[in-house]
Amino acid sequence: MAQQLQQTNSALHTAPQVKKKARTKWTRDDFELGLLGFPTFIWYAIFCYLPMFGLVIAFKNYRVFPKQSFLYNLFHSEWVGFDNFSFFINNKSFSMLMRNTILYNLVFIVLSIVLPIALALMINEIYSKRKSKVYQTAMFFPHFMSWVVVSYFVFGFLNPDRGLLNTIVKFFGGSKVMWYSKAQYWPFILVFMQVWKSLGYNMVVYLASITGMDQSLYEAAMLDGASKWQQAKYITLPLLKTIVIVLFLLNVGRIFYSDFGLFYQVTQGVPNSLHKVASTFDTYIYMALQSNSPIGKTAAASMFQSVACCITVLLANFIVSKVDPESAII
Amino acid sequence: MSISAAPHKKKHIPDSMNLNRIKRSTNISFNIIFIILALVCILPVVFVFMISISSEASIRQVGYSFWPAEFSGAAYQFLWRERGMIFDALFISVTVTVLGTILGLILTTTMGYALSRPHFKMKGFYTWVVFIPMIFNGGMVASYVVIANILGLRDNILSLILPLAVSSFNIIICKTFFRTTVPDSVIESAKIDGATQLRIFSSIVIPISKPVLATIGLFLTFGYWNDWFQSSLYISNAKLVSLQALLNNMMKTLTYIANNPAAGLSLQQYRTQMPTESVRMAIAIVIVIPIACAYPFFQKYFISGLTVGAVKG
Repeated sequence: MAQQLQQTNSALHTAPQVKKKARTKWTRDDFELGLLGFPTFIWYAIFCYLPMFGLVIAFKNYRVFPKQSFLYNLFHSEWVGFDNFSFFINNKSFSMLMRNTILYNLVFIVLSIVLPIALALMINEIYSKRKSKVYQTAMFFPHFMSWVVVSYFVFGFLNPDRGLLNTIVKFFGGSKVMWYSKAQYWPFILVFMQVWKSLGYNMVVYLASITGMDQSLYEAAMLDGASKWQQAKYITLPLLKTIVIVLFLLNVGRIFYSDFGLFYQVTQGVPNSLHKVASTFDTYIYMALQSNSPIGKTAAASMFQSVACCITVLLANFIVSKVDPESAII
Repeated sequence: MSISAAPHKKKHIPDSMNLNRIKRSTNISFNIIFIILALVCILPVVFVFMISISSEASIRQVGYSFWPAEFSGAAYQFLWRERGMIFDALFISVTVTVLGTILGLILTTTMGYALSRPHFKMKGFYTWVVFIPMIFNGGMVASYVVIANILGLRDNILSLILPLAVSSFNIIICKTFFRTTVPDSVIESAKIDGATQLRIFSSIVIPISKPVLATIGLFLTFGYWNDWFQSSLYISNAKLVSLQALLNNMMKTLTYIANNPAAGLSLQQYRTQMPTESVRMAIAIVIVIPIACAYPFFQKYFISGLTVGAVKG
């Protein structure tokens, strides 16, 4: 399709200059490369672009007609405009979901910049490279665990009857804590688990770019009498700026999304007692999808998330491109 | 050659490295910090393993602990008795991982290669196709509707494979790699010799791109192996449950295995026979072991992938 378009396009412009004609002419190469990329293009069409059109369901009151296909149902359900969206936004839990999602993400973003960079600077200074490799390997490990497996680790510690934490609490004479129903602890547990899982990974990302830096800068600084601290402050951190901004933008672009596994699995499926502290947009949408609530309303919630994210990332990128054009991602 | 490796040659450390070092005491304290962090990351696995080899009586007595009062292989014996189910799940996990990784590699590298050719006419169009989903996507519900209702892939193993096959991030890693490491002159000369692009791609580009294949292959492998989310959305048939999904189901209902008895025992018999506490930890260990054994060897490919990925696409 696109090829044809391009061809007709070039046919239209054949007339004046020979040079331009040579540039727009399709070669066998273009055809073959186009073909090579075609299966992936189809994948994108089905799994990325078709869902974008599937979003029309958010504007419909989807109804199931007996013995009809999904598409028939979709076309014959009536349009309701933005009703589904106003339902979602006026929902009493909306502000709570919004607060949770954004606050957790802000904390995660800050911690995923500050802690890993500090640790990367530290591990880079350790004398023994062998030991440093061992630490990295160990700290990278949680990254490869799925949240389901991690939720079992957490369960081993927090299980009210047999968990290690309660054994310790009892040992010191306390009475057992029902961890899975005490909302006040969970913001800390969730933040801790997120940091636990991503710390090593992020540290290695920053470490890789620190070790790739021009070593002569450090030698020069040392000859001028700069301390380690000054070297870190005036050489390493400024050089890390670009990668920090790129990762920051990527994270901000996901600020309305949450790590579903973290909030759903680690809390054992967000029990009612933890609803206020562990519900995010994703857990809300997932639970709505699994229950019988109308799919149009759920789709509206999901679309709200996508659109809000899209706007945020474009905005963030716009601001970055004004302040420091080099670092913008688009 | 062997002369240069003679023992009298001591390893020479440049002076600057010796001078530009942190104080010895700082080094020690840094080491202590990292030892603690490394233990925090590793110990949960050890802990879960110890629970899986504790006897039920010991768990009832002292709870979960790093050193059980009594060891027992009952959990693993139970899993072995239930091997029909475990092997089914393992088979699904392995099939999905292998097929998915192969499919993902093909789709990612072909597109990455097409985008890496500077004079390709459709480059702009394809770049937008790949780029837009990074900024905007249909979201969970729309994807669910497309996969479950329009494509009708509910309770189909394809619903575990297809949606995860391609990511724009991987394509960009691939494109950057091809762009920077495969010399244009090689491709041009092959073209002059009359090779088609498919042939150039498969017999020149792919053989010299092993590092990026390894990186992306590993991203995909771990992604598929660890996936439980697709399964929880689309799979309800017990025959198509992967290991992760099995573990996920067991968290919800402790006796998930007992609800699907394989050997014709009654539910009641199962409940009494099953060392419930340690069994689920044992399944977690079954999932973790392959990863724990494999990943230290592949770690360097991950790191190279991360650094390439951090370069602007």
